[in-house]
Amino acid sequence: MAMNSKALRLAPVLLLIAVLLIWEIVCRALEVSEFIFPAPSAIIASLIEFAGVIATHAWRTFWTTMVGFAIAIAVGVLLGFLIGSSRMAYAAVYPLMTAFNALPKAAFVPILVVWFGIGAGPAILTAFLISFFPIMVNIATGLATLEPELEDVLRVLGAKRTDVLFKVGLPRSLPYFFASLKVAITLAFVGTTVSEMTASNEGIGYLLISAGSALRMPLAFAGLVVIAAMAMAMYELFAYIEKHTTGWAHRGA
Amino acid sequence: MGDAQRPGGVGSTDIGTGRAEAQASFVDFKDVWLAYSDELEANHEFAIENINLQTRDGEFIAIVGPSGCGKSTFMKLATGLKQPTRGHIRIDGSKVNGPLKIVGMAFQAPTLLPWRTTIDNVLLPLEIVEPYRSQFRSRRAEFAERAKTLLATVGLGGYEDKFPWELSGGMQQRASICRALIHEPKMLLLDEPFGALDAFTREELWNVLRDLWTLQHFNVILVTHDLREATYLADTIYVMSRRPGRIVARREVDLPRPRDLEITYSKPFADLVLELREQIGAIRKH
Repeated sequence: MAMNSKALRLAPVLLLIAVLLIWEIVCRALEVSEFIFPAPSAIIASLIEFAGVIATHAWRTFWTTMVGFAIAIAVGVLLGFLIGSSRMAYAAVYPLMTAFNALPKAAFVPILVVWFGIGAGPAILTAFLISFFPIMVNIATGLATLEPELEDVLRVLGAKRTDVLFKVGLPRSLPYFFASLKVAITLAFVGTTVSEMTASNEGIGYLLISAGSALRMPLAFAGLVVIAAMAMAMYELFAYIEKHTTGWAHRGA
Repeated sequence: MGDAQRPGGVGSTDIGTGRAEAQASFVDFKDVWLAYSDELEANHEFAIENINLQTRDGEFIAIVGPSGCGKSTFMKLATGLKQPTRGHIRIDGSKVNGPLKIVGMAFQAPTLLPWRTTIDNVLLPLEIVEPYRSQFRSRRAEFAERAKTLLATVGLGGYEDKFPWELSGGMQQRASICRALIHEPKMLLLDEPFGALDAFTREELWNVLRDLWTLQHFNVILVTHDLREATYLADTIYVMSRRPGRIVARREVDLPRPRDLEITYSKPFADLVLELREQIGAIRKH
């Protein structure tokens, strides 16, 4: 089977179509109730019927996630740089960060509501809190594992530590950075949605709760589909940027 | 021939043509010892001991010895990456306190930065070392020209915009040598630079190095395990003993210059290499 790029690009599309077909057939054949497990046709019908409403909520989820994610990148890179460049900082900060990251961020939402009120605030912050950790870890790892040989090339010329970090460390860590972005963006959407489910009157999370309580399952599933589509679009964006800035790291492919 | 390893004894024996030392040496190692840590020093476990070495301006010296004898340690001292535990090191008259910008260095692995093109890799030292660093933006075109000329001299003309992975090992090593010379250093340190290359490429690069040196006459310290390489290129060869490394012999190479690859098949050359080989063989037996 020829591994041409066209086949590779079509592969996920074909798989998706296959899954949808099987799903539809199973639902109809077993006569699954719409409340339990809507068929793709029902979900699509809901998408069309409630397009306006869904769009409003989707936009809310999208921009709050983007803001939270942007903060996550800023903080993640900064902390990652700090931890990765200093052995003391690495030893001191890392264990505490891991402990913090193990806490379920859903549990933070009530606290955030008390501090910032209902609405976009907790959503943005939950997205940020849940998604900055992978970015921080990857940058720190990229810097801390800098090969001494690469470092020596500059040190021999009398380069300062900051020279080494900026000229060699950070470019070297870019592949790790992009990998972390792909993970972090999915987490960011999770964060926003979870917050909206309990502490908002807008957004897909809110839509899920209200559609669920009105037993409009196809609508709820439609909401999920929209989130999945948004996350995938962002993923493709990062993959594109990654390919054009770190081509040097993927030459084995 | 070689000096036996008497504790606290004299570190080197001159078996060459007995030339008088030049008045002002460019590289001056005086009674240099290095232990890697204080505990090792307290236990008298030194990596290198009692190194005394002086080179003339523009001299090409080679250091040979068995594996683990401290050749790389010597390099670290010469570059200022490490300070000697005892003794002094002076380069071009001034004491070595840290990495020097008048030095260029090439290692066994080319270690070009893969995200930069070849020419950007060669220009890298100019972004670090003063006075070039502050003028980098204003004189960038001039520096790029200089880099291009240098690359052309070593046979990489036209490869400026290629990435390192698009070059062969020998080409990467040539680029690495250009990088070591771009900031016009007075001294070039080479740590087994051709060890990873095949025999033909190696001989080609010997000539490249020979020609660059003939043109610019910087000091060269070449650390190598290849005796033919040392004999072909150097003015003086120092033989180091096994750990703790001492200089056990110093041999001036009196083969006439300019040297061609053909002399590597001549009798005087072979005799010299054999002499060095026997010395190192004797060291390895102990």
